[in-house]
Amino acid sequence: MSGTYLGMPSFPRAAASSTRDMRLRGNLRHATHTIRAKRAQAVEELGDWAQLRAAGAALKNRTLRHLDHYLEQLETAVTGAGGQVHWARDAEEANRIVADLVRETGESDVVKVKSMATQETGLNEALAKAGISAYETDLAELIVQLGDDLPSHILVPAIHRNRDQIRDIFREKMGSWGRAAPKNLSDDPAELAEAARLHLREKFLNAKVGISGANFMVAETGTLVVVESEGNGRMCLTLPETLISVVGIEKIVPTWQDLEVFLQTLPRSSTAERMNPYTSTWTGTTDEDGPSAFHLVLLDNGRTDTLADTVGRQALRCIRCSACLNVCPVYERAGGHAYGSPYPGPIGAILTPQLRGMQSELDASLPYASSLCGACYEVCPVAIDIPEVLVHLRERVVEGGTATVRGQRTTIKPAKGHAAERAVMRAARWTFEHPRAMRTGQRIASRTRRLTPRRLPLPGPGRAWSDSRDIPRPAPESFRDWWRRTRGSGSAGSGREGGDAR
Amino acid sequence: MSSRDVVLGRVRRALADVPRDEGPEEAAVPRDYWTSHAERTDAQRLDLLAENLADYRALVHRCTPAQLPARIAELLSARGARSVVAPPGIPADWVPAEVERVADEPSMTPHELDALDSVVTCCAVAIAETGTIVLDAREDQGRRRISLVPDHHICVVRAPEQIVDSVPRALGRLDPARPQTWISGPSATSDIELDRVEGVHGPRTLEVIITSPEP
Ligand code: SF4
Repeated sequence: MSGTYLGMPSFPRAAASSTRDMRLRGNLRHATHTIRAKRAQAVEELGDWAQLRAAGAALKNRTLRHLDHYLEQLETAVTGAGGQVHWARDAEEANRIVADLVRETGESDVVKVKSMATQETGLNEALAKAGISAYETDLAELIVQLGDDLPSHILVPAIHRNRDQIRDIFREKMGSWGRAAPKNLSDDPAELAEAARLHLREKFLNAKVGISGANFMVAETGTLVVVESEGNGRMCLTLPETLISVVGIEKIVPTWQDLEVFLQTLPRSSTAERMNPYTSTWTGTTDEDGPSAFHLVLLDNGRTDTLADTVGRQALRCIRCSACLNVCPVYERAGGHAYGSPYPGPIGAILTPQLRGMQSELDASLPYASSLCGACYEVCPVAIDIPEVLVHLRERVVEGGTATVRGQRTTIKPAKGHAAERAVMRAARWTFEHPRAMRTGQRIASRTRRLTPRRLPLPGPGRAWSDSRDIPRPAPESFRDWWRRTRGSGSAGSGREGGDAR
Repeated sequence: MSSRDVVLGRVRRALADVPRDEGPEEAAVPRDYWTSHAERTDAQRLDLLAENLADYRALVHRCTPAQLPARIAELLSARGARSVVAPPGIPADWVPAEVERVADEPSMTPHELDALDSVVTCCAVAIAETGTIVLDAREDQGRRRISLVPDHHICVVRAPEQIVDSVPRALGRLDPARPQTWISGPSATSDIELDRVEGVHGPRTLEVIITSPEP
């Protein structure tokens, strides 16, 4: 595995090449539009969606405002139930803890459930350096791993691959990781899934160590929850003798009852299902049912820095449903890889620069990887105001200010040197060059025009010019919208974008 | 300083804006969402469960408790199943004489389990609005892995008492201390061009038999 996000170009440069890849754009368009339409229907079934959304946001806010309390409560509950809790301040420490735990078992192979936290820490690469092979067992993650590739979507990480590409990857690579694919393997999805089943079954049945993340951790009871559909999660969570779960500290819900909100909103927002095929919950260890050793690694890695920002903090409410990706006109064109992190799309644009800081050109350009159209906010089941955070982070890029970096209050200088400036301007130009993304953007610019700064804070040499000029107030309605509205109702619906977003 | 102290210290400093006298419970959570999405009779709840299970491609059967052993025998023979793993709480007459009954023993290896044809379990509760059956590892449900490894799972739901309307009502009946498996339809993936394919790792066939005094 050499797949890594390090050294990725800035968003606009990466996006410029991915938007020219017609096959990728076709795949993305088909996928995001399919999920989008189904999701709207699944949400409509629940007459109390607005209340569930408000409760979800409030529950996560409660958790975040008292995170120290809930972390300690969780630790006590997990320990009391027979688990062991480890704390990791950053990716390196988390990886070291996991590698040591695996070594103590004497094993050199581990099976893994799809987990964004371990992608964020680069666990597989770290384990490989320690002589440990980590096998991804989610079908899409397997495709990504065998293809020596990177995931491009939170929920369907191999969304950028076609069935014939997948067949080629399976034929060429499966043999070197374990059971080979049948020679005459076709590109029929059922046949491909069967090849994956046989390839992975061999690993599951022999696995002694499993590694997972978790969707939720219940502070009150110490219960962990994993939501999935294939059953690979259940395999990794119940067959091995040792289970290690690496989980971000923000994934807590206060009580068992609180799951009633998220187990309703998560499946409907993500896969547009009433309920995902499998949900597993476990509390510490259970005699003779499942792993006899359970380790929970609580991961900070920039989360406390994000928590310190009272505007940006809300990004930690995210339950990783991926609804915002599927409605985003920028994601649809650029693809997941352009965001240079396991978190693509609108949530990636606000979460990644907060977790990593904005020192690199890529991270400084991410808050600009958006048209501010607001569709992401509309669909978010925990009501994260992504446009608000984007505008806030843009201000940080160009104006600097105080921020917390690795636990230290620091004063950030405005857009460092020319690199960040170039990235920002390129991102802005990129949006202008993609009229459909721009068009949706204008609508929200009108609606939120009070949020637009009066002066355009241009960095570097542009500053003197912009300092003395006010930006014209955005019109209450964009010309396009006005045209469409007044031109008569007959054709009004035909050109609409993202109309099903709620 | 331990990493625990470092992380907790960072959390506390990050929350300097939260008033010191605000307790966790005081951060308000509106709970005006519904505990169920309709008022239903027992029969309506049963129908909705059957409909939603079938929508997720589980095979649904209905019978009276007295007809159950014959029904199970039929389903097993239709698949040509010769061996069945069953937890201790499954009555003896639920597994037909011509099929080998294997006990759910902790000593059984995953490979041995993989060699078995089917599994028969009961459930803790079933959720009508989502088409979900929940297993919580009691005597009649067994270890989590038995409903996972064999390719054919028969699950018995007793109506009306085991069927609830909604997710909130199900959670209220379940004990978080017990390990749980929530199952909605058979294992499925949509990872290849969003084409749904049943059964990647879990059982490819899920059959749910709902028993009720009036069939
Ligand atoms: S930001 Fe909201 S919509 Fe996007 S993945 Fe997170 S929870 Fe889902």
